[in-house]
Amino acid sequence: MATVYVPAPLRRQTGGQSRVQVPGTTVREVLANLGTVYPGVGAQVQDEAGHVRAYINIFVNGNEMRTLRGEDTPVGPQDEVSIIPAMAGGLVALGTAGR
Amino acid sequence: MALRLSSDHLQDVVAHARETFPHECCGLLAGRDGRVVRVCRGRNVDESPYTYRLDDRQLLQFLREMDQDGLDIVGIYHSHTASEATPSRTDVARAFYPEAVYVIISLQHPEHPVVRGFRIVDGTVAEEDVIVQ
Repeated sequence: MATVYVPAPLRRQTGGQSRVQVPGTTVREVLANLGTVYPGVGAQVQDEAGHVRAYINIFVNGNEMRTLRGEDTPVGPQDEVSIIPAMAGGLVALGTAGR
Repeated sequence: MALRLSSDHLQDVVAHARETFPHECCGLLAGRDGRVVRVCRGRNVDESPYTYRLDDRQLLQFLREMDQDGLDIVGIYHSHTASEATPSRTDVARAFYPEAVYVIISLQHPEHPVVRGFRIVDGTVAEEDVIVQ
């Protein structure tokens, strides 16, 4: 069980709750269970294969999971998992550039 | 809903754009009901004239502070250093905050910066008024 911090843009899918308790012992399990309870969040966070989308950042206690053990990062009852969509844009990187 | 901000806030975001030139700047506009209460200057980790990505850890910090203060993201701003103040395709593709107004500061003509706002929802762009008052 971990606490998941849901930022304002995703709260419509959690009934306005900013923090929800979700079972799981790794980031992967927590996100999978989160997606089961709140399918709207799951679709935004994970792709069809169940992997975290490139522009979604998952923090465990303030540390980005990719700097830890990725989706295998263990989480416990005292840990907080935060879901933060990136703020990004620009001219390049999609391969279809053009302003 | 239009975005309302003070002239100080407007000057702050334009100053931020000028300070980071030739790179793009980025940041958040925190507020309530479409009115800006404070400008949160972000760090563009891309350090690029063409792209921006607000430092992810800084973003988490901003969001937590805003929660504590009862503020919402009413705007997300970035600069275009050599093009007009309209969203690029990448800006649209990466617009993950449908409730915010995306504010673009164009320094295409540096003496006459242009500031415009857009709401971007599911790939659809609609201009919003940016009202200084």
